[in-house]
Amino acid sequence: MALPHLDSAYNLARWLTRNDQDAQDLVQTAFLRAYRFMDGYHGDGDGARAWLLTIVRNTYYTSLRDSRPQHDDIGFDEEMHGHDGDGCGMAPEDILARSDVRQAINRGLEALPQPFREVLVLKELDDLSYKEIADIVGIPIGTVMSRLARGRKLLLLYLKQHTDEK
Amino acid sequence: MQCTVSHSKMSAFADGELDALASQELRQHLAHCPDCAKAFEQLLDLRAAVSRHGLRHTAPAALQQRLRQALQEEGKAAKEVPQRRKWAQLPWAWINFGVAGISTAAFAVTLTLYLSVPSEAERLDQEIVASHFRSLLPDRLADVASSDQHTVKPWFSGKLDFSPPVVDLAQAGFPLVGGRLDYIRQRPVAALAYRRHQHVLNLYVWPEQAKGDAPPRLSVKQGYHLIRWSRSGMEYRLISDLNVPELMDFERRFAAQIDQDALP
Repeated sequence: MALPHLDSAYNLARWLTRNDQDAQDLVQTAFLRAYRFMDGYHGDGDGARAWLLTIVRNTYYTSLRDSRPQHDDIGFDEEMHGHDGDGCGMAPEDILARSDVRQAINRGLEALPQPFREVLVLKELDDLSYKEIADIVGIPIGTVMSRLARGRKLLLLYLKQHTDEK
Repeated sequence: MQCTVSHSKMSAFADGELDALASQELRQHLAHCPDCAKAFEQLLDLRAAVSRHGLRHTAPAALQQRLRQALQEEGKAAKEVPQRRKWAQLPWAWINFGVAGISTAAFAVTLTLYLSVPSEAERLDQEIVASHFRSLLPDRLADVASSDQHTVKPWFSGKLDFSPPVVDLAQAGFPLVGGRLDYIRQRPVAALAYRRHQHVLNLYVWPEQAKGDAPPRLSVKQGYHLIRWSRSGMEYRLISDLNVPELMDFERRFAAQIDQDALP
C-alpha cells in the first residue's frame, strides 16, 4: 500500500506543530480522515497532494481550536497594505552567505507567526502555487500574496537581527 | 511605480505569480531604482536560501508503519461497518409509512373482498334466478306437462324425498303448467310451473324443518321478482317477471288452497 505525499504531509504537520510527536499524530488523524473521504475526492496527483495538505491543515486547526484557545490570530494582512517605512533602502547585507545560515533560517521560520510560517512552508518547501495555497489555507490569492511578502520581510528582519548579534 | 508598490509586488513577482502587465511595470521600476533592485536581489537570495536550507521534514519510518496499520484497521472496519450502516441509513420513516400504506391497502382489499362475497341468501337467490332462466329455454319448463295437480303431485313420488304441495289455481287465473325436478342448494327440489297470461311463474319447494314459518318477503334480481316464504317446514321461492301484486295474490291463494286441502 502506497502512502502518497506522506513526506509533504508530515513536513507541513511538523512545521505547524513544531514537534515530532504532535506531527505524527496529526498526520495519522489526517490520513484516516482522508481515507474516509476518499470517495469524495476526484482529482489528479498534484491535486491530491493539495487536498491532503488541506486536510492536514484543517485537522491541525480543528484540534487546536478544540484543545486550547487560539493564540496565533493575527491582523497582519491589513497592515501589509500600508508601508512600514523601510523603503527601498534595505541594508545590503550578505547574511545568506554565512555558514550558520541553515540554522538561522529554520529558527527564523519557527519564530514566524503561524499564518506566515504555513504559507512560506507551502511555497518554499512544497513549491505549491498561490492558487493551491489559497485553497489549502482557505484565503484569497491576494492574501496569500501579501502573507508571503510579509512573511519574507519578517524572516529577513529576523535573519538580519540574529546575524547582527553574532 | 512607487517603491511601496514595488515592495508589495516583488514577492509575487519572484514567485512568478504576478500578471504580465504588473510584471512589466515592476521590471521597469527595478531597472531604474537601485534600492528596489537590491531589495529584490535580497528577496531572491532569501527564497533560494529558504528553499535550499529550509528543513523538509521527512516522515519517520515509524510513522509510515503506524499509518499502514491504522489504515488497514480502518479498511477492515469500513468493510464491516457498512453492513450495519446500510440498515441504519435506510429511511425508516418512509419505510414505516410505506408499510402502513400497504397494510391499509391490504385491509381495504380484504374488506372489499369480504363485502363482495355474496351472502347465503344472495347465493340462493342467484341460483333461483339461474334456474328460472334455464326453465324458460325451449322445452325445459316441465318434465311432467300437466295442468292436473293429481298428475303432477304423484309424478314427484320416488324422485324426491318429500312430497311437495301441488295445488291448482286455474280458477284464480294461474293455470298449472307442470312440474319438474331441479337442483338447488345441492339438493333436488320440486319446481312447479304456473302461468299467468303470457308470464311464467316458477315455484320452488323444498323441506327446511329448522326454519319456522316466515312471511313472504320480496326481492328483485336481474329484473325478476322473487318472493320467499316458509310454511309448515317447507321453503318456497316464487319467481316471475309478473308484477308484485299478482305474485302476492298467487302466494295468498296458494297458501289458502294448501290449508283447504289439509282440512279433513
